[in-house]
Amino acid sequence: MERIALLLATICYLFSFGHTLFALGAGRFQPGRFNFIAMALGVALQGWYLSMRGAAEHACPIGNLAEILIFLSWSIALIYLVIGPAYRLSLMGAFTAPLVLLLQIVALLLPGETRHGFFRPNPWVETHAALSIVAYGAFGLACVAGLMFLVQEGQLKSRRPALIFHHLPPISILSEAITRLLWIGFVLLSLSFAAGFIARLAVLGGKFWFSLVIWVFYAVLLASAEKGFLSGRRLAIAASSAFLMALILLPVIEKLSVRT
Amino acid sequence: MNILCAGLNHRLAPIDVRERFAVQEGEMNEMLERLRGIEGVSGAVMLSTCNRVELYASSLCPMRALDGFRRILSDRARQEAPLYHHETPYAVRHLFRVASGLDSMVIGETEILGQVKKAYAAAADAGAATRPLHKLFQHAFRVAKSVRTETQITSGPTSIGSVAVELAGKIFGSLEDRRVMILGAGEISERTARSLQSRGVRSVIVSNRTYDRAAALAAEIGGMALHFDHWEKGFADIDILISSTNAPHMILTPEKLEPLLKMRRGAPLFVIDLAVPRDADPSINEMDGVFLYDIDSLEQIASQSLDIRRQEVDRCESLIEQHVGNFLGWMRSCHGSGSHHFGRKA
Repeated sequence: MERIALLLATICYLFSFGHTLFALGAGRFQPGRFNFIAMALGVALQGWYLSMRGAAEHACPIGNLAEILIFLSWSIALIYLVIGPAYRLSLMGAFTAPLVLLLQIVALLLPGETRHGFFRPNPWVETHAALSIVAYGAFGLACVAGLMFLVQEGQLKSRRPALIFHHLPPISILSEAITRLLWIGFVLLSLSFAAGFIARLAVLGGKFWFSLVIWVFYAVLLASAEKGFLSGRRLAIAASSAFLMALILLPVIEKLSVRT
Repeated sequence: MNILCAGLNHRLAPIDVRERFAVQEGEMNEMLERLRGIEGVSGAVMLSTCNRVELYASSLCPMRALDGFRRILSDRARQEAPLYHHETPYAVRHLFRVASGLDSMVIGETEILGQVKKAYAAAADAGAATRPLHKLFQHAFRVAKSVRTETQITSGPTSIGSVAVELAGKIFGSLEDRRVMILGAGEISERTARSLQSRGVRSVIVSNRTYDRAAALAAEIGGMALHFDHWEKGFADIDILISSTNAPHMILTPEKLEPLLKMRRGAPLFVIDLAVPRDADPSINEMDGVFLYDIDSLEQIASQSLDIRRQEVDRCESLIEQHVGNFLGWMRSCHGSGSHHFGRKA
């Protein structure tokens, strides 16, 4: 049942992405409800999967890399559903869907690992881990907004805008969305650190230093953006590359989590 | 019952002819009254815009109605009215095309729909619209909506001013708090600035080599004049720069902009270079946060939009054809199959 929920969620994201690609290719893209509903359905199905896993393990369902990826993709899609309509970022779903889809597919392909089991005794550890992943979800969406910014900026610079130009949001709105998402992620990551300290997690291990580097990076990024030291383009590049880098290194962090 | 459409438009008559036959808003009720007095006319809707003067009438004797309409127009303008005319189903198709912007000077423009709605409302208020006309116009509004949402006929801007507005919107979002600087008080920069003002830009600074001309233009568009020697001082606070000076050399170069951009703390700058020869070095477009468009690139976007619209015409026509069929079906069901004259084109 769990696997079916996961497969159905993947199909929903695939539909959302495929529909947008087809509509854009045919030159008939209309910011409609289809993508949003498909994404919402995907989130609901993932939520169902995560709740089943949580009930089975009596713990937050982030016990192995596959679960972490699913939790992360669920966070990204959920945050999109909350902020997408608020910012009228109708096409953001089209950019979010492939990222979420990729995480889902990787999670599905991963072998059924055994859970680490170290979360169970302490709810603060679970809070720490869950908040970290939701924070990465916000950073993930900042990465999506950053990629959208770079596409739209490229369209503006080219002076020969294609059809997608008319459907992408203004770069100022995207820049604002990136900053807000980075703030959300940063606050959540800080709270996750606080929960980690309360749980008395090891503060000198590799994972700690790795997480601290990420925290400092985002802090510097936000300070520079707030002070006006960064142009929209640089902010977009930094937000996108930082998340992609963190995503690539996620298995390493997960291994470090096992050891600490 | 037959639907008659008769009138003249931008294709048939030049502006100096059209303006003689135009019916002003204040004259509309009287005109509708006169039209309803024509023998055989049961209802009338009069559409008068800068590009067309058209009558839509429900009539049992369309040719008499046409003669009466021609007489009224000719009396008003004191010259023979060069009219085209259509009857059902061509009149129905014509109105659907007009409401959808397919018969407009700029294909796909949407202003015409508002004008058709206004004409219909005036006739309805004056009690001049009969049931077939009510049904016809309401159907036309649905057709226009369907054509607009299901095709790309309204896609993209089609004039330099509207291209500038769209690009500014894609850079800044809302234009309400944006500041514009005009360098060189030319007519085209004035028009572009007015387009931006129509979308909410409030603050405009005008700088020209002749200060008096800058002051005159500033007064006209509600802006502020600045001596040309001081234009760089206002640079840090502006978002959009419209340049159309007569300078023989480029005045916006990377060397000049680099220190000025540092004062802007990463804020984007939209440069619209309308001058020939150009005021802006094309390489400034490579600078971070600077978006440069010259007259050619603006015109290219406008013509690209028109090309897209032209490619959509066939899809629009087939949508309209379906709706014409639906409307004729309604007419048949109301009046019986033999009561009007399908296929007759006068």
